[in-house]
Amino acid sequence: MQPIKHSILAVAVAAAVTYTASSVANSGLIELQQDPNQWVMPSGNYSSTRYSALDQINAGNVKDLQVAWTFSTGVLRGHEGGPLVLGDVMYVHTPFPNKVFALDLNNEGKILWKYEPRQDSSVIPVMCCDTVNRGLAYADGKIFLSQADTTLVALDAKTGAKVWSVVNGDPSKGSTSTAAPMVVKDMVYVGISGGEFGVRGYLTAYNINDGKLVWRGYSMGPDADTLMDPEKTTHLGKPVGKDSGTATWEGDQWKIGGGTTWGWYSYDPALNLIYYGSGNPSTWNPAQRPGDNRWSMTIWARDADTGMTKWVYQMTPHDEWDYDGINEMVLVDKEIKGKPRKALVHFDRNGFGYTLDRVTGELLVAEKFDPAVNWATHVDMATGRPQVVAKYSTDHNGEDVNTTGVCPAALGSKDQQPSAYSPRTGLFYVPTNHVCMDYEPFKVSYTAGQPYVGATLTMYPAPGGTTLGNFIAWDADKGKIVWSDPEQFSVWGGALATAGDVVFYGTLEGYLKAVDAKTGKQLYKFKTPSGIIGNVHTYTHNGKQYLAVLSGLGGWAGIGMAAGLTDPTAGLGAVGAYASLSDYTQLGGQLTVFSLPN
Amino acid sequence: MRHAMGNRKALSLTLLTTLTLAGASALYAADSPPANAATADYKAFKFSADHPYFFQDGKVDFGTYNGFRRYHSECHVCHGPAGMGSAYAPALMNSMKVLNFDQFVTVVIQGRKGLDNRVMPSFASNQNVLPYMSDIYAYLKARSDGVIDVARPANFPKAKPDPKPAAPAPAAQASAATPAKP
Repeated sequence: MQPIKHSILAVAVAAAVTYTASSVANSGLIELQQDPNQWVMPSGNYSSTRYSALDQINAGNVKDLQVAWTFSTGVLRGHEGGPLVLGDVMYVHTPFPNKVFALDLNNEGKILWKYEPRQDSSVIPVMCCDTVNRGLAYADGKIFLSQADTTLVALDAKTGAKVWSVVNGDPSKGSTSTAAPMVVKDMVYVGISGGEFGVRGYLTAYNINDGKLVWRGYSMGPDADTLMDPEKTTHLGKPVGKDSGTATWEGDQWKIGGGTTWGWYSYDPALNLIYYGSGNPSTWNPAQRPGDNRWSMTIWARDADTGMTKWVYQMTPHDEWDYDGINEMVLVDKEIKGKPRKALVHFDRNGFGYTLDRVTGELLVAEKFDPAVNWATHVDMATGRPQVVAKYSTDHNGEDVNTTGVCPAALGSKDQQPSAYSPRTGLFYVPTNHVCMDYEPFKVSYTAGQPYVGATLTMYPAPGGTTLGNFIAWDADKGKIVWSDPEQFSVWGGALATAGDVVFYGTLEGYLKAVDAKTGKQLYKFKTPSGIIGNVHTYTHNGKQYLAVLSGLGGWAGIGMAAGLTDPTAGLGAVGAYASLSDYTQLGGQLTVFSLPN
Repeated sequence: MRHAMGNRKALSLTLLTTLTLAGASALYAADSPPANAATADYKAFKFSADHPYFFQDGKVDFGTYNGFRRYHSECHVCHGPAGMGSAYAPALMNSMKVLNFDQFVTVVIQGRKGLDNRVMPSFASNQNVLPYMSDIYAYLKARSDGVIDVARPANFPKAKPDPKPAAPAPAAQASAATPAKP
């Protein structure tokens, strides 16, 4: 199903794109991802900016936005991610059982085909934080879905027929899948979940034509596993040395060391590098895994073709708080500290907003993007290490000791909900959490396929506030918040920035909100049927701009917040103030599509 | 392996096989009172399936506190904080009103499939759950009875051996004073 309208635009944009001869076999995605009329990959484009050049809906008229049509997925549970739009077809995914719908935009969303895999329901309880799925990938007439049971399937985009499938992990050992795949050239990349089950993370590239494994790079292990060159792979400019993926572990603990890869993937065609982050080391009890636990909690730059690691940067060595490093990597070309840079901007769970040079991995900026962050005073720019405050160090305080008042909570100052970047304002728009925690680690034993957690957490709003989230605008050069809109609950939906100078995001109560990109002033809101943890996207159909978002409460937010967060310092009285989310919304997967009146 | 946690005998693997046959409440049969508890009441308290937790002066026994910890490590990702349920699994503080200890243990060991694709896995091989089932039960029962609220419960200290044991060998005394961690 080749979209008609893209061909015109593709000619215009192709000239502006520089890519190497090695991309001959590519799927046309480099052109497609620059067409604002379609939404061909979960992050909007390879740079993960979630920016659209569409401006029919703008700061002046967004107040008139109305619902154009809706679609129920028939699935409860958390709906993360968002649909793809290719030409006249929208592809909608769901959480387990991982249905895929192809909807005909020419026929009021009539279902063209539906795919529903048969999966053993025993995979459900192995998924740590709800049975979410963050979306689909498209390339070369195929739709790619990574199912909960780790089966990666390629579907014919026209018919929904299965073209091939391959199994990427073993759910009986705790491996599951929640991530959206990404396609580059003739390879589809997909990660793995299971950091709470002692799964050793990896990213795998499969051939899009037959599902054959091309390469697999682990987050830890010997160089042959991590695909590192002791001399050429660098960490902050220095060679990593031999077997750096085992050198900072005791014994063979790296084999159950975590560092899973369940977040988002970005790609720079000119550098031919893919970027992503690895998650927490297993277990959550730091005393059981002495050392830096490389390369968990790390930003990775790998060669797209071979998987060889160009550079890494470990943000949180020897994690003590479950600050997974998997959040999106936004690639922007921008002046940083007076010098033009090919930059990578990343808002980590640990509460620091990082700006790096994505060519070399040089650390340029690392500043807190929530003032509540207290576990570290700052990041030492020479060593890249966070300067941990002893009082909040669960390792320092030890096993069986309850470390209190740590900010952020394990949810992070931001979780997987992706940010957006507008080249018009030069600002990043970041959905954030404003939650702190008590954390008590204790000894656990490992059993394959069983949880391997080893800590008890209590979460509550950050001190002095009554809100659990903020939606912020961030200056990645200065490392400063430009404006901040408080939100009653954590903002768990992904943002969208547009050339209309409007930024969109969804809230846990279920509101789709539009704010002024320059000031953060709210311009529009609409209450959808369920809480939003999905990501807003936009496209055109017959020349008219539409905006869409999945509702469907769940995810990690659905665990803590659906039941109401606790405030142990204030006792029961305060619980009422943070009234449970279930007073505002209920489960239910639905797509809501918005447009301006005709 | 016997466990020093709490004042009740921890579940052992050998016991497991007899559990569903003989009834899980047999776990409590051989319990002895805590050796040096904080109060005389605590010392004299007889734990049983009907009286799984001890509560006095705002504090719970260490086993119930351990149940709080183990619950929030292994169970809360589905069943929500403090047994309050989540978007995808029932609130156990409500379930405890109808589940007795035997039924609780049976579900934890065997798992269960419910409506709407709800699946409770078997925890029979989980060494972070199995030895502490009576602790987790005690915690949830205390929540269900409204004895403790959502916050971390204050607790009596871990039971320690009597400072003046009858006649232990010195070596045995030293090792008993530092019980193995879970």
